[in-house]
Amino acid sequence: MKFGVIRFPGSCDDIDALQAAARVGDAALLWHADHDLEGVDAVIVPGGFSYGDYLRAGAIARFAPVMTEVEEFAREGGLVLGICNGFQVLCEAGLLPGALLPNVTLKFVFRQVDLEVVRSVGPFMGACETDQRLSIPVKHTTGRYYAPDEQLDRLEAAGQILLRYAPGQNPNGSLRDIAGVCNERGNVFGLMPHPEHAVDPLGGSTDGLRIFESMRAHVEQHVLA
Amino acid sequence: MRARVLVRPKAGILDPQGQAVERALPALGFEGVRNVHVGRLIELDVDDPGRLPEMCERLLTNPLIEDYEIEQ
Repeated sequence: MKFGVIRFPGSCDDIDALQAAARVGDAALLWHADHDLEGVDAVIVPGGFSYGDYLRAGAIARFAPVMTEVEEFAREGGLVLGICNGFQVLCEAGLLPGALLPNVTLKFVFRQVDLEVVRSVGPFMGACETDQRLSIPVKHTTGRYYAPDEQLDRLEAAGQILLRYAPGQNPNGSLRDIAGVCNERGNVFGLMPHPEHAVDPLGGSTDGLRIFESMRAHVEQHVLA
Repeated sequence: MRARVLVRPKAGILDPQGQAVERALPALGFEGVRNVHVGRLIELDVDDPGRLPEMCERLLTNPLIEDYEIEQ
């Protein structure tokens, strides 16, 4: 199974994402200006400051040539994971519901947080256990998840909230402690915490690997089988 | 044609930037200030101002979290 990690001008977590993905499968970098996903089985939109985050985080990146291919790939059911800035890009592109606003403290936060796995099923959480907690770092200034109240009710009812910050650990003022959401079909997932920074025991936690392992298992069972 | 687009956080969405400014003003002796909100001003020369609303919807603002007003 092969992961593709998109590199935009201003991406800075692309190499960490590449190396994390390479722990569970093959991984290659994709270039923002190419109309080509090079036949990868899953796409990762990594963290950073794509196109300088000018105007709004992710607002310009969503019009990058490669994003046309990502949208097509997602429409066909391909797995797309957006991490931090990648989550912002996917929201701006309309591939995920909601938006990310500046942290309620207006401060950059960089700390390890505990995340509650809301549903341990599906292509992104399948390798987790029910009620498991994942210890994964956050590092962002614009991570306050927002969607109108009625939409949040619908997302909850449809099981699209996959991760929440553990009680008392919400680092940014996200509504209903939401840390990660998926689309209706379940094949596009975005989260503010950085699973690619929690893959090596030296970093204090390997919980981030669960997400990459879930994706590999899904692709092996449903796409490559 | 010269145009200005005023972008505001949507009413009801928590605006910590506005709140910070609102708290800072009394500290300087400016009392009696309420409901401060901080938005963005985009100025542009445009050949076809009729396309401004579309520009606002697709790029200049995120309609889920922002309202806009076009001045020509």
